[in-house]
Amino acid sequence: MALRRGRGVAAVNYPTGMNLGGDPTQALVHSTPTGSFMVTLSSVDLGQGLRTVIAQICAETMGVPTESVTIDTADTDTGPHCMGTFASRGTHRVGNAVVQAAREARQVMLEVAAEELEVDPADLETDGQGNIRVKGASNLNISIFDTALAAHFKQGRSISGRGMFLVPRSYPETETGAMKPSTCYAHACTVAEVEVDDETGEVSVLSVKNVFEIGRALNPKMVEQQLIGGSWMGISHALYETTEPYYPNRTQGPRDYNAYLMPGPGDLAETEIAVLERPSGDGPFGAKGPGEMCANPQIPAVANAIFDAVGVRVDTLPITPERVLRALKEMEAAGAG
Amino acid sequence: MKLSKKYFADERDDDLVEIGQPRPRSDIRGHVTGRTAYFADRTFPGLLHLKMVRSPHHHARIRSIDTSEAEKHPGVARVITAKDVPQNLYTILILIQVGPEDEHVLAEDKVRWKGEAVVAVLAETARAAEEAAAKVKVDYEVLDPVLSIEDALKPDAPIVNEHHGRNYYLYDSGECRKVLFGDVEEGFAQADHILEETYRSSPIEHAPLETSGCIVAPEANGRFTCYTNTQAMFFTLDNASIILQMPGHKLHMVGGTVGGGFGGKVDVTVEPIAILAAKLTGRPVSFIYSREEEMQVSSPRAAEKIVIKDGVMKDGRIVARQVTAYVDAGAYSRHSPYGAQKAAAHFPGPYTIPNVAIDSYCVYTNRTPSSAMRGFGVTIGDFALEVQTDKLARLIGMDPLEFRFINAYRDGDMKAHRQPTEGAALIECMQEASVIADWPVDERFMKMSSRGRED
Repeated sequence: MALRRGRGVAAVNYPTGMNLGGDPTQALVHSTPTGSFMVTLSSVDLGQGLRTVIAQICAETMGVPTESVTIDTADTDTGPHCMGTFASRGTHRVGNAVVQAAREARQVMLEVAAEELEVDPADLETDGQGNIRVKGASNLNISIFDTALAAHFKQGRSISGRGMFLVPRSYPETETGAMKPSTCYAHACTVAEVEVDDETGEVSVLSVKNVFEIGRALNPKMVEQQLIGGSWMGISHALYETTEPYYPNRTQGPRDYNAYLMPGPGDLAETEIAVLERPSGDGPFGAKGPGEMCANPQIPAVANAIFDAVGVRVDTLPITPERVLRALKEMEAAGAG
Repeated sequence: MKLSKKYFADERDDDLVEIGQPRPRSDIRGHVTGRTAYFADRTFPGLLHLKMVRSPHHHARIRSIDTSEAEKHPGVARVITAKDVPQNLYTILILIQVGPEDEHVLAEDKVRWKGEAVVAVLAETARAAEEAAAKVKVDYEVLDPVLSIEDALKPDAPIVNEHHGRNYYLYDSGECRKVLFGDVEEGFAQADHILEETYRSSPIEHAPLETSGCIVAPEANGRFTCYTNTQAMFFTLDNASIILQMPGHKLHMVGGTVGGGFGGKVDVTVEPIAILAAKLTGRPVSFIYSREEEMQVSSPRAAEKIVIKDGVMKDGRIVARQVTAYVDAGAYSRHSPYGAQKAAAHFPGPYTIPNVAIDSYCVYTNRTPSSAMRGFGVTIGDFALEVQTDKLARLIGMDPLEFRFINAYRDGDMKAHRQPTEGAALIECMQEASVIADWPVDERFMKMSSRGRED
């Protein structure tokens, strides 16, 4: 009886957004009198940081600092329609709607500034620090603060924009299944290393090395937190989690966290993440949706590593010690016979 | 985390200002200092608590419901049954024309899974509501349940859900969503090896720290404000509007911080009945799932059964792949027909295979309805595909990573669902994995590109 090590690999892709499209999101952007910007949405931030990344997208498009952008969301009285936060769609769909709204608002902002500076709007640029200046003549400039004041109290213009993003719905052809499920795909490859106790069937995941291609890491720290969390969830799916341990038998279902198994801090693998960026053709600044994909490749990688370690296949999730042990005993019996 | 900038550098503008900045999440200070407010942190004078009487049977006919003892219980304000719900029959995806309506907000003539909502009890305290719920008498005639995918598809199986009339979802393509590409039988005929394997999974819980719930406050102007942790504000509003036969402008959904979603908060199961309760009593109502309800009543990730048959050549090319996938939807559709459709679109995985046949079924059983969960339609499919891929590599004595390079899809390759591949990056992910995991592969694989094929 021994602890035996093995490693396994898996490679996957994942579609961004609701399958077959048809999932709209709207956004509105407007400036306050002193040049702060409000993005109004009804999208839900699930803790992945949607509000932060949307503020960055708006700021980049407007050419203003992220600090000057406030996100007002998850209220159906103020925010225009969003299909919801699911299907790895938040950054891609909401981001695109915000880019469109912010472009329209930026155009008005530049027109107001041009009127104040008595120049052509096409000759203006933003410095990203809260100012608008004439290209090649930076001494000719006006702050966004003053531009917004002029828009409100002098020119009577609304610095605002509307955005809507919809991937047209695809209807599968009934005989062949010809369809367009998604406009862009994220990718991943994971190598997992495990140690299997062939006496107890217990599996420890020693390390998980993940490579994710996600289009564009709009906010690398938030990308990292999501990818690490996803990687741990993948391990948890592979080895621990189910509401029905003896499915399809409905007995012995856990009712609380004492019985619903998940890895604790001591069970988590050493986790390494590398991110590649191949910008998508239709994402905001090339972003794709990695939110769901990042929890997928660890499951088969762990399963393949278990086979590499002890030579048995458990093709039913979760791969519990009981299932590993039964498979080992079966193999032993077959060998003896 | 390492950003590997050397890949696809010529496809990016790396001159952005705000994009690419590692800014902290807007909610993180509140979380670490304990100041974040969740919907359940709100307090309202006169708040009523809703507890649900649930079916103890997998499958049963309801002969009668007697709520008289429950109504007399101290502290009880109101008991709600099916006849109080204006449009009791619903299905959430009706908003995007995915019918039929197949589920009752509160059970009418039958219960189809253990845990199905039958009667809602409202009381001054959660304890009084729970005690009164225990006094509701439901007379059941127990029926044979169907508890597995295999049993459900037997010709003589009892019908789980009469609104479907059969134990699987009827797509416009028939009993399953199909994808057909090339000629899979011809592919098998030319293959050096055939491998057919079956993969299975059990239901999985989203396990959020915060359970599903909402608080509804009736406003003086006749509107209802619903503080909810839903993942989809208008999805909830629009479905509530249909179920309650109440114009949308009467409803105001307020969300905010969600204590974990993972797909578990896109079923509209708490808001409509809580809004109805607020309407019938004129008082604020709280309906929050207990941990037990979250684990055994709220929709899990579906159990799946996936059969993959592959034809592979000695040189490593997969020449045919046939997948038959079954999603255990439980008793009602919710998002499962969508999940099975998504699975059909996902197979045969990120590989270019000339002959493909996919059949993806959404099957009804007398189980807790499954629904959305992070990656559903793909997650379990990827487990099956990638374990199968590993088996194929070992079957022909090839390194599993090199085997994947041989079959990886590239730009311009036609997918089984007849979209040309664009923006592929599987090869580059595997090249980087080869480096960081110290898993060397032949030089020719390190020179491959997703952007086209070598001559």
